[in-house]
Amino acid sequence: MRKKKKALKAAFPHTIPVLLGYLFIGIAFGILLRDKGLGAGWAALMSTLIYAGSMQFVALNFFSGGWSLASIALMTLMVNLRHMFYGLSMLDAFKSMGRKKPYMIFSLTDETFSLLCSAQPPEGVDKDSFLFCMALLDHVYWIAGSVLGSLIGNLIPFDSTGIDFAMTALFVVIFVEQWQAMRNHLPALSGVGAALLCLSLFGPNRFILPTLVLIAGLLALFRKSMAQEADAS
Amino acid sequence: MIPNASETLFIILTVALVTLGTRALPFVLFPAGRKTPEWILSLGRALPPAMIGMLVVYCLKGVSPLVYPYGLPELFSVALVILLQLWRHNTLISICGGTACYMLLIQMVFS
Repeated sequence: MRKKKKALKAAFPHTIPVLLGYLFIGIAFGILLRDKGLGAGWAALMSTLIYAGSMQFVALNFFSGGWSLASIALMTLMVNLRHMFYGLSMLDAFKSMGRKKPYMIFSLTDETFSLLCSAQPPEGVDKDSFLFCMALLDHVYWIAGSVLGSLIGNLIPFDSTGIDFAMTALFVVIFVEQWQAMRNHLPALSGVGAALLCLSLFGPNRFILPTLVLIAGLLALFRKSMAQEADAS
Repeated sequence: MIPNASETLFIILTVALVTLGTRALPFVLFPAGRKTPEWILSLGRALPPAMIGMLVVYCLKGVSPLVYPYGLPELFSVALVILLQLWRHNTLISICGGTACYMLLIQMVFS
């Protein structure tokens, strides 16, 4: 028990940016879902079972009717394909996680993935429990945000426009950290470059899939130089 | 129109299962008990910076550099986040500073 509490305490500060982002985006989701005629219970169910931010916004369209389950499945696959790449990056990190592993896989969102990539546990804190606590806290924030949005979405007392920038800032911070930690900047550059190129070619709503293909291609191309990087570090 | 409850449930379960599938597939293909091919592991090591780079662009995908305010709030705020991070190496300071800057810019300056 002490071990878990210590891990939770160590994990919490790392999750604060996600707390801000998830609460805000979750509230926005809860409001939109209620506009579709689905209340707080549905918000909680979706955020618990699906737990994928951008996908849940896409899923709002499914409730207006006219979608077969097959086309819903295909759409979901396209939007979430990037998760496979997160899994590939975490094969090693999750190896030792035992009973926690299925939950770690289930809860691998963009934001949790980025925390798992960057946050290090302080000395004396069990690493696996630390990672698990970050994943669990993020999940709780997301559920809380969407339920709050459904219940009290219209009552927010200050102008919170733009608070979701916290998520962008989180990714920028992690990008800077990784940039400084790695001597080979080809992976980082190919991620940004491929995304910018595909964004300009395919537009904001359909550029992720071609970006993933291009990144995979570029990384395969650069494999040799990156293998040397891995040996050196 | 209030959506039908069982239909809604099926939609939610479909999205949940496919989403879980995309997260679980690498672990099904490369189980912990067996040796994962070296090239998959090296791909796994190179992917995080590439994915984070992609996510930064993804967050900024709505910015239109040719239309007022020309992406300036995002540009200034991202620059501030980078500078704060290089200067203090404190994630919270960088994120709170950048977010506050962005909120001020879009609510007061470029509103």
